Amino acid sequence: MEKIDTSFFSKEREADLFVVGESVQRADARGHVTGQTQFYEDVTFPNTLHLKMVRSTHHHALIKNIDIEPAMKVPGVVRVLTHKDVPNNWYTILKLIGVGPDDEPVLPEDRVLFKGEQVCAVLAETEQAALEGARRVVADYEELPPVFDVEEAMTSKPFKQAGTNYFVYEGHNCRRIRFGDVDKGFAEADHIIEHRYESAPIEHAPTETTGCTAKPEGSGRVTVYSNTQALYFTLDNMALILGVPFNKLRLVGGTVGGGFGGKVDVIVEPIAALGAMLTNRPVKYAYSRAEEMQVSSPRAAERLYIKDGVMKDGRIVARKITLYVDAGAYCRHSTYGTTKAAAHMPGPYSIPNVHVDAYCVYTNRTPSSAMRGFGVTIGDFALESQMDQVARHLGMDPMELRLINAYRDGDTKAHRKTVEGAALVEVIQAAARQTGKELAPRFAAMSSYQREA
Amino acid sequence: MKHSVVALTVNGAERQVLVAPGTTLLDALRESQGLTGTRRGCDQGACGACTVLVDGKTMMSCLLPVETIDGATIDTIEGLTPMEGLHPIQEAFLEGFATQCGFCTSGMIMATAGLLARNPDPSREDAVRAISGNICRCTGYEAIIDAVLDAAARMRAAKRDKAA
Repeated sequence: MEKIDTSFFSKEREADLFVVGESVQRADARGHVTGQTQFYEDVTFPNTLHLKMVRSTHHHALIKNIDIEPAMKVPGVVRVLTHKDVPNNWYTILKLIGVGPDDEPVLPEDRVLFKGEQVCAVLAETEQAALEGARRVVADYEELPPVFDVEEAMTSKPFKQAGTNYFVYEGHNCRRIRFGDVDKGFAEADHIIEHRYESAPIEHAPTETTGCTAKPEGSGRVTVYSNTQALYFTLDNMALILGVPFNKLRLVGGTVGGGFGGKVDVIVEPIAALGAMLTNRPVKYAYSRAEEMQVSSPRAAERLYIKDGVMKDGRIVARKITLYVDAGAYCRHSTYGTTKAAAHMPGPYSIPNVHVDAYCVYTNRTPSSAMRGFGVTIGDFALESQMDQVARHLGMDPMELRLINAYRDGDTKAHRKTVEGAALVEVIQAAARQTGKELAPRFAAMSSYQREA
Repeated sequence: MKHSVVALTVNGAERQVLVAPGTTLLDALRESQGLTGTRRGCDQGACGACTVLVDGKTMMSCLLPVETIDGATIDTIEGLTPMEGLHPIQEAFLEGFATQCGFCTSGMIMATAGLLARNPDPSREDAVRAISGNICRCTGYEAIIDAVLDAAARMRAAKRDKAA
């Protein structure tokens, strides 16, 4: 491996990177190898009630009636929670950073928008009784036509309370980037190269399924033992949903048996805490493996159209991108993911004319949300595949094509930010060295810090 | 439902466990015995997080009705840990950076213990096969396979030292 190049930091401070490049033991590794690491499910309380969810059997339907009586007759079933029990039923996870409107019910009222959506919660003395109770609840639906395709959804009848099948960004139906004049760029270009890229949803499949136990305390507080990756999102949303001050709630967590973004949503905690408050007993709500795979939010499916105007010498003079993020039925983190996707365009390249429309679209699919670099990962797949397509079209070396277009310090990006700390040129040069590839002298001499004369 | 009493030797101690019909060994260990080091990942024998030794053999405890193993000897991660320091397998996993979130680790280590009990000098292929029922989603398999082989080497060396 090449020595890590710390020269970029040399002007800022002493290059005292003691940890970078060294192997440092994890603080929790000893607990892991002895089995002493305490995950939320390892903390148990006597008298705990088990919560099992009745889930929608349709992708899109009106709820005509929910009959909970048969469930209440199952020995051991203590209570069934419906939307009527939730103090503030409508929320959106990123509300506290200004995202709105509230678009998701904790428990649905008159309709379900995806298959597997939570309908009502059965609390029972044992897991078996809770499962049996959930099986006995009779939900009557009137099926509605579902929409599964992002582009179809853009022109379909709105199915959300919000009134549009897309998230509204400051009055627009998408996140937009306008830089230069793409039409002029396309007119000047020697070649027009256009491709479509698409991904499927990806499930994180953490080895530990999502779950929590909510325990009422003598002090009147509720303590929630959770494997959430986002303790503060969870605390804030719980306080809003339950209509209690923050200091009535305590979250214990931080030990996560695999998350990868899949445990950032706030789904299980508010309902478990509500159950605990209404029964004054600890309530455990843990996803089964099947629930984890079917209803926990995956990485969003995306579709991108990339159209490039390219000169014979490899310069990309115009890039137009239309990007769709499939948020599924509710926005969760996808509105933010779409903004991230837009911010990432047009890739690490200096292109004088850029036009981006990034849509966050609602469909009747499982809501998507956070996952490792969400918003960026699929965009990168598309952008870099497109770079390879352009190189192939021109008969050019793909590394050299990237170097020709690489952004450098001092360039103005499509978002009108000045580039600083660029390293793409150096990274490509290092990759060439490590793979034994010889770059032409003019590419070997390039630098991110200054453009060649 | 009528409960029954099952006798188990758990980490060297004789235990009487009162269980409902169909109770799995995993639930008996975690809920009756408080041995939470054995993890629950899928409850369907797909992930290996609940791997323990039953009469010296690696088994997924979530698939084993405890009534069917009356009289068995069970070893879990808690029993592997010596009073002082760590077991060589634990040392190998720790020093080899073979843990990340840690959720699969107990199962991986018990699968390794089962392998090394029957084969003290495994090939890399043997190591891969031994952990093939254990899923790590943090994608640390290479480090884990290295740790299994390192553990085997440490245990062989300890045996040689003892013999000398």
